[in-house]
Amino acid sequence: MDTLILSRMQFAANISFHILFPTITIALGWVLLFFKLRFARTGDRKWMNLYMFWVKVFALSFALGVVSGITMSFQFGTNWPGFMETVGNVAGPLLAYEVLTAFFLEAVFLGIMLFGASRVPGWLHTLATFLVAFGTTMSAFWILVLNSWMHTPAGYELRDGIVFATDWWAIIFNPSMPYRLVHMLLASGLTVAFLIAGLSAYRMLRHDRDPAVATGLRVGLMIGAVLMPIQILAGDMHGLNTLEHQPQKVAAMEGNWETQGNVPLLLFALPDEAARENRFEIGIPSMASVILKHDPAGVVPGLNDFVAEDGTVMHPPVAPVFWSFRVMVATGMAMLVVAWAGMFLIWRRGVEALPRPYLMGVTAMTFAGWLATLAGWYTTEIGRQPWLVQGVLTTKQAVGDIAAGMVLSTLLAYLAIYVALLAAYVGVIFHLARKGGVLSAPVTSPGMQPAE
Amino acid sequence: MGMFDPEVLPLIFAALMGVSILLYVVLDGFDLGVGLLFPFADEAERDRMVASIGPFWDANETWLVLAIGLLLVAFPVAHGDILTALYLPVAVMLIGLILRGVAFEFRAKAPLGHKRPWDVAFWSGSLMTALSQGFMLGMYVMGLEWTWAKVGFAALTAGALAVAYSFIGAAWVILKTDGVLQRKAVDWAKGGIWGVVLGMGAVSAATPLVSQRIFDKWFSFPEVVALAPLPLMSGLLVALLWLALRRLPTANDSFAWFPFAGATVLMVLGFFGMAYSFYPYIVPERLTIWEAAASTESLSIILVGTLFVLPVIMGYTVLAYFIFRGKATKLSYD
Repeated sequence: MDTLILSRMQFAANISFHILFPTITIALGWVLLFFKLRFARTGDRKWMNLYMFWVKVFALSFALGVVSGITMSFQFGTNWPGFMETVGNVAGPLLAYEVLTAFFLEAVFLGIMLFGASRVPGWLHTLATFLVAFGTTMSAFWILVLNSWMHTPAGYELRDGIVFATDWWAIIFNPSMPYRLVHMLLASGLTVAFLIAGLSAYRMLRHDRDPAVATGLRVGLMIGAVLMPIQILAGDMHGLNTLEHQPQKVAAMEGNWETQGNVPLLLFALPDEAARENRFEIGIPSMASVILKHDPAGVVPGLNDFVAEDGTVMHPPVAPVFWSFRVMVATGMAMLVVAWAGMFLIWRRGVEALPRPYLMGVTAMTFAGWLATLAGWYTTEIGRQPWLVQGVLTTKQAVGDIAAGMVLSTLLAYLAIYVALLAAYVGVIFHLARKGGVLSAPVTSPGMQPAE
Repeated sequence: MGMFDPEVLPLIFAALMGVSILLYVVLDGFDLGVGLLFPFADEAERDRMVASIGPFWDANETWLVLAIGLLLVAFPVAHGDILTALYLPVAVMLIGLILRGVAFEFRAKAPLGHKRPWDVAFWSGSLMTALSQGFMLGMYVMGLEWTWAKVGFAALTAGALAVAYSFIGAAWVILKTDGVLQRKAVDWAKGGIWGVVLGMGAVSAATPLVSQRIFDKWFSFPEVVALAPLPLMSGLLVALLWLALRRLPTANDSFAWFPFAGATVLMVLGFFGMAYSFYPYIVPERLTIWEAAASTESLSIILVGTLFVLPVIMGYTVLAYFIFRGKATKLSYD
């Protein structure tokens, strides 16, 4: 294997591991603020217990997000020097603003949020919780601005092959940014919704009688039930935006080889890139045209339009994009069904009387958000290939000149650590859930006692 | 137009990067040092040492992110040279940072009986981080060339920096604890100070020998007179630190702050020596800060924000250290 493919695998491993944790912290920060404010309003200790439980998960997720994020920022330099050398004038300020306006905010106030409750007045502790939530969201904003710009670059000019910024407004509000940002924030909300619901259901199955458990389950399912339809709408709009700016990606998502009308929506197919056709197609006639063009005869671009005269393929590998898109949609649909069924059951019987099979189903979906987020991330990122920055820089041009053996050895080391840490993370949060009942014992309430 | 002058901008960014590295070395230095001292402490002491850095380590590490961020954004041509030359030590450092960062959180939440492996991870992660940073410092001083002699020198600075970090870590523990642990920390500091002396001595001696240019910068008249205070002050400070450590801890805990303050000043002095030696190069002897700088428009955009935001960051960082002033108590979310 050569340095390019190994570097790509290394970055894919790193970003796949990294994205799991911001996906949790972005929304969980706001949920923690909600718990804190509910406690301040009602004085009901179950809200404090919820805060105390989930702040531990937050701290753990945050630490994993930080350390894997640092790794990523170094990999730009170690593995992809061509990236900053070519687009550094745009990417640099965006990354710098992320660190300056978001990263420090989160990191400093996290200390106060976690350990400062008995040292600062209640309002300052609540403010710290808010600033951490705000910081993680700002972080997501800047990173998605940069990521979107790489998909739909705007506001720049090329001089001798180097990108120079001409219009920062256009760079920040590039054509795909609003869609991508909304889609990602909602994905974070849904991931957290199912994480909270899943662990709460697990605790209910274990007969944990803490009132915080039932409340957690209800809050989680309600967030899921409200956000999922919005996510479907946002996803659809994001898809139409992609069709406009990256038609080759949509063609791969649909497994559509020829530009034509009446394109079916494929439910199953095995795209074969060598033969440039699909095997075992099962589809709904004309449905893809209806979804993408709102017209059964609507012409949808095909992959064959993105092969140059000399045979150079300028569209992404089809099968991974096609399948990861389907995994994302299917997971989302399952989340919709489970969340709405839960709302219905709670409405009819109350949260305490949810049937065991349903609770087991929710527990099984604890990490459904991760699955959907990863699948969506692969759809959009593999779908960008062979470009790193659409129309400006290919992935191949950006890779550094490092011995393949070095990349391979570090890749294996990272993989070993990531697998071990992921297992430890899942193990520890279920361990926390198992001893969660301990938290229902009387606790001193963060931020509710006078400062020293 | 003054500050946005294409001549001045790269200089400002080099200074900003330098300040970030300096803050990183002092701040993450002490919490890495605390990790390095883990094998010498028993479990209760380890809990207390972790409690002393709990509220800070995350923010401390962020200065490294800012430093590397500034290198990426302000000197895009240099970062590729530096980071690809240091590919392996960077990877070792990153794995070390991952291990210690997560071990820190996991050890507090893991099931009973699982604490020990996470303690080992915290210690070994801190060690990998400290050694690889020292190694990178040595390689940088040697001009980023991989020859046996230069790698040997880098191995020396790797060890020296690890010991120096444990010195500042011990100084932090002296400041933040009392009783038996504080007395232990004084002993650790007495050992650790040799790492500082060795490291600063090795880098100071080797740098002018590697580069004729740096030699001339230091040892021509009148520079040699103007620069003399730098090594003299360092020597004096080391002597004062040694005297202080022999008398610490004092009955009323006075001067518990002195080792940490002294270590900080030593690092500042060492930093200025390095900066003076290497200026105006960012890749030693190959690439100056002007040759490596990003476009003026982009640097201006970052600078505007930095000038507004950096004082705010400094402000709330100071606030955090103020809130958690005093002796460390049990680490608790309550």
